[in-house]
Amino acid sequence: MTNSTFILLIVGLPFLSFLLLILSSGSKLTQKVAGQIATLLMAVTFFFAAKLSLNYFASHLTQQTAELLVNYTWLEFGSGLAINMGVLLDSSSSMMLLVVTFISLMVHIFSLGYMHHEERIANYFAFLGLFTFSMLGLILSSNIFQIYIFWELVGVSSFLLIGFYYHKSSAVAAAKKAFIVTRFADLGFLIGILILGYYGESFDFTTLISRLGDVNSPQYKQITMAGFAGIQALSWGLILVFIGGAGKSAMFPLHIWLPDAMEGPTPVSALIHAATMVVAGVFLVARLFPIFTVATAAPLQIITYIGAFSALFAALIACTQTDIKRVLAYSTMSQIGFMMFSLGVIGDNGAGYNASLFHLFTHAFFKSLLFLGAGSIIHYVHSNEMEDMGGLRKKMPLTHISFLIACLAISGIPPFAGFFSKEAILHAAYTSNKMVFFVGIITSFLTAFYMFRLYFTIFWSIPEYPKTNEHGEGTWSMKLPLMVLTLASILVGFIPFSKYVNSNGIPVEGHLEIVFSIGPVLLSIAGILLAAYWFKTANTKPQRLAISMGNAFVWVRNKFYIDQLYLYITKEIVFKYFGKTAAYIDKNLIDGFYLSLAHFTGYFSFFIRGIQSGNVQHYALYFFGGILGLVSLLFYLLSY
Amino acid sequence: MTPVGLPHILFLSSCLFFIGMYGFFTRRNLITILMSLELMLNSVNINFVAFNKYLYPQNLSGIFFTIFIITIAAAEAAVAIAIIINLFRSSNSIDVIDAKEMKH
Repeated sequence: MTNSTFILLIVGLPFLSFLLLILSSGSKLTQKVAGQIATLLMAVTFFFAAKLSLNYFASHLTQQTAELLVNYTWLEFGSGLAINMGVLLDSSSSMMLLVVTFISLMVHIFSLGYMHHEERIANYFAFLGLFTFSMLGLILSSNIFQIYIFWELVGVSSFLLIGFYYHKSSAVAAAKKAFIVTRFADLGFLIGILILGYYGESFDFTTLISRLGDVNSPQYKQITMAGFAGIQALSWGLILVFIGGAGKSAMFPLHIWLPDAMEGPTPVSALIHAATMVVAGVFLVARLFPIFTVATAAPLQIITYIGAFSALFAALIACTQTDIKRVLAYSTMSQIGFMMFSLGVIGDNGAGYNASLFHLFTHAFFKSLLFLGAGSIIHYVHSNEMEDMGGLRKKMPLTHISFLIACLAISGIPPFAGFFSKEAILHAAYTSNKMVFFVGIITSFLTAFYMFRLYFTIFWSIPEYPKTNEHGEGTWSMKLPLMVLTLASILVGFIPFSKYVNSNGIPVEGHLEIVFSIGPVLLSIAGILLAAYWFKTANTKPQRLAISMGNAFVWVRNKFYIDQLYLYITKEIVFKYFGKTAAYIDKNLIDGFYLSLAHFTGYFSFFIRGIQSGNVQHYALYFFGGILGLVSLLFYLLSY
Repeated sequence: MTPVGLPHILFLSSCLFFIGMYGFFTRRNLITILMSLELMLNSVNINFVAFNKYLYPQNLSGIFFTIFIITIAAAEAAVAIAIIINLFRSSNSIDVIDAKEMKH
């Protein structure tokens, strides 16, 4: 089979699963076998994706060139500007192909057990298929317009999945919030696309990068000459594209949708957080990375500082949350912040880029493991609140072990996956930007602290009124993904990642600075010990500390009141002033104009309807009058 | 006594035309209206013949037109009479005042 057949199958099968299940979701039989069908199709997809991406890596050992597998002109604007539909396979998309299909498969398998009581299970698996399809389309897109189409599809499918429990008003609100916030950010993305496409005279990634990534090309000169409000057009384009990425990747201040997105089923959170939606922004910036590096420093600086700030900000909030999924949500935001600032600090020889994608890779495994573990716990306890959990170590041994390993991985303890990527990021930051490096290690300390706070409260400390359950840990279909992902979280760190995935296609030998990593690892261990001291047994130390911190704690616990700020701005300012004015204009001026037009027509016709008397002779009279008028007009015109 | 010239004939045809027009607008009986219409058509016929004879005696186009108009007038009279008969059947009258279905 050729590569394009592979691609067709990889992208087509999840879509087939979506179509099949959504069209037949009414029948009882489909409801019964929906999960099995979707999982089977996903397994086949994963098989082909793995084959394709391993083929790619095997055949591109020394030089990772981008391959344009499919190319088809979709919309032609003339003068050489056209929107193509194609498939671009390079090292980063091959890597993502592997991650997305693998995580999606794990989530499918987990959902078999987790969701099997659901009524609308066929719809659920259909939406999972659509989500996977859109994400695969996004990573394989050969041009920036195509990526935008799939980008929106990802938005739609996440909307469908977050709002899956549509009978809960909070889920509906969360789905709307996620959609509107990311859609708002996508406005920036679209304008950015148009700026880059207009000056680059192309939408293709490869052409765009070769033109705008080269300081001597005429297009580059043109885009740097143009500007608006004192900022170069190139910087504008890149910053606007980044705003789109920040919306999807939940960077401050567009992060508000992410914690609320927890209203969806837990496996969906695993998919959104680990492999699909939130890493789309990182992937986008990585795709356009060569342009970022030649542009003025401003866009990359913005990415760096927003990334670093989001990382710290989210880590602080995560320390105070009590809903297990919200803690994980903020930890995702924090880790994505890591990836973002790692892209921003270029590092030596593209080290930041490599480290960022490496972290994306490892994060996918341990974060999906954490979410699936959380799903398993929620399935057992029937609650999201950490207060209802405790002492689960004995009752859920497998979940306990996998959760512990995932926590160690995310905290950056060797030899688990997160250690390698996080050290690479910190090292890249250390060599380029000391301030960001310090933010990074503080965040990494906080990460260890809040993850183990979660771990100890769930599995060790025993609450006053523990909830007991008779049923076991879960079905085999819930245990299997946990085991596989645990194994992955241990092993994937040892992959010499920068040899395969790097910014310019030339393999870089990854190296580990042992001396450098001692500090961050010790800090992480300190975070773990601190968490153990406070949370290993049920006691009042945390409460006393929280009270002694006073208002600061309340601020952090309420997420710095960012949500309230947004609500205030939208309700009190936007709705009250702009919305009401617009509504007034719409109702009275615009509607009024058309209504008065209609009224005028009505009155006028009422007035003149007497002409239609029904008497034939009157009509004949008008007719003669008309002829007389025409003839006199003719005479008048001819007399000149 | 002056010979009959074009102006005389045109005067005659104009008189005929306006008599027809007057009848068309004032009569209530549909048959009379039809007759007035024929009167107007014939005045036009006279015009055609007169112009042909006095202005272009070598041509016959005006005569042709007249013959056409007479033919068409015959057909038109047939259609009009048919309409009038149907009207009479439905409203039992051939008064134009009674045919007011085309009102607003």
